Amino acid sequence: MKIILNNTAEEFQHETLTINGLLSLKKFSFKMLVVRINGSLVKKDEYETAVVRDGDDVMILHLVSGG
Amino acid sequence: MTSDEVRERLKSRSVGIAGCGGLGSNCAVALARTGIGTLVIADHDTVSESNLNRQYYFLSQVGEPKVSALKDVIHRIDPAIRVISYKARLDPEKINLYFRDCDVLVEAFDRADQKQMLIEAALSLFPGKPLVVGLGMAGWGKNESIRFRKSGNIYICGDEISEISDQLPPLAPRVGIVANMQANTVLEILMQT
Repeated sequence: MKIILNNTAEEFQHETLTINGLLSLKKFSFKMLVVRINGSLVKKDEYETAVVRDGDDVMILHLVSGG
Repeated sequence: MTSDEVRERLKSRSVGIAGCGGLGSNCAVALARTGIGTLVIADHDTVSESNLNRQYYFLSQVGEPKVSALKDVIHRIDPAIRVISYKARLDPEKINLYFRDCDVLVEAFDRADQKQMLIEAALSLFPGKPLVVGLGMAGWGKNESIRFRKSGNIYICGDEISEISDQLPPLAPRVGIVANMQANTVLEILMQT
């Protein structure tokens, strides 16, 4: 599938991926995230079930302290 | 467009600022100087000496609630600006109460878990409202790493990497750059709509 991940086009061999699957493939090990698929918020308890499909626009924001 | 024409356009607009630390205080001051009509500010904290390395406060204000100190600073710049201030620790209910009528909301918290709470609450409560986030500004130098990107109604300012620590403190220059990028983003959004 081809998706947009954080404003960048990316291609994966999988037909679909869960958010957890995507995080582990990308080796994203951040603890504090905000995730959206096509603009809809995905909460942490949905990372195992929320599915990313071909053409989806995914935002994974990595929250770092400081301000 | 002249500076006065910009002020005229912004007079009727309202911006919410969640957190009045390094990001919030500097962003509020930049917006006040530009002529935003109403600023809604919220923070539970008081000014401490350790804040003065980056936050828009003065030694004489140490011990004051940040929201009252910031209101005073804003009114020393322009007494005509309407400042609605809440000394409170924000939660989703208060975020809804305080910020639902703002044209734009600025995320200006310090801690990552608070940023997450605010962003998730704002996305659920106000699906279309522009949300300007400050993310990653610890340390010094590395001008080239500070960037901007937009994802739907979220506008992200910062390097998205530098996390504060004992060895990588938040300091006036980079915090100020990101806070002013946030103010600049607010301005761009408001001048387009």
